[in-house]
Amino acid sequence: MAEEQVNIARRLPPYARGLGIEVERLEGHAPVLAMDFSERVQGRPGYLHGGALSGLLEMAAIAALQCELEADGGLRRIKPVNVTIEFMRGGTEQRTFALGRVTRAGRRIANVQVEAWQDDRDKPIATAFLNIALRD
Amino acid sequence: MSDRPATTNIQPDLLAKALTRGGHGGWLGMQYHAHGDGWVELALPWKQELVGMEESGILASGPIISLMDNCTSMSVWTKRDAFVPQVTLDLRIDYTRAATPGSTVIGRGECYKLTRSMSFVRGIAYEDDPDDPLAHAAGVFMMIGND
Repeated sequence: MAEEQVNIARRLPPYARGLGIEVERLEGHAPVLAMDFSERVQGRPGYLHGGALSGLLEMAAIAALQCELEADGGLRRIKPVNVTIEFMRGGTEQRTFALGRVTRAGRRIANVQVEAWQDDRDKPIATAFLNIALRD
Repeated sequence: MSDRPATTNIQPDLLAKALTRGGHGGWLGMQYHAHGDGWVELALPWKQELVGMEESGILASGPIISLMDNCTSMSVWTKRDAFVPQVTLDLRIDYTRAATPGSTVIGRGECYKLTRSMSFVRGIAYEDDPDDPLAHAAGVFMMIGND
């Protein structure tokens, strides 16, 4: 695993490790995070829980932002202001991936879009949009 | 039968127990807290495994989303007085302050409008004082398999 990838994995909080979130690979600066299906992330039988999926989306958004900030001169303290999640398809019993894209990182606020998919990347199961406050 | 109480088919306390026995709700440790006409409260006790910032002990926001998803979806069943299959269309969470490390978070979900297939919900997450929420939620659920 590349050093950058190890650093990203090390930054994941206890909650992400509890959900079983891993760093799959890097795409540009941003990591694709992955989460296996397990009892811990199941909602109604056979389906991914919307909250667990939202947790993966949020972790991918934060990881993407941290990588962008790091590449751009150093980590800053970040704090989610809000998140809007749209659920497009039910997540089934398989591995789920998520990748965040920083649309803008300003002095005080970053806007991040993030998408989750399973076996077909062209069919996202959920997307989210986050406003994240930045502090020095 | 006439003059039936507001909910007769749905018992949110038993439903919450069934829904949090296993799965994601079970792992989080979510529990029934209270309910009334068209609203349900669930409790999420603090635990280390749910922390989002290791140094501070503050809960991650993901568990708050799960809490609000569950309590608002239960508020729909309570309002409809029926356990209908449904999916979350969208959910928005505003984090108005950080959760207090070590504190149990209560999620209060309220269904304020039903149409034939859509259910509109809102809610708050708080610790001791409902007037000092740490998050606000708004969302829409859609009934499935019932056209």
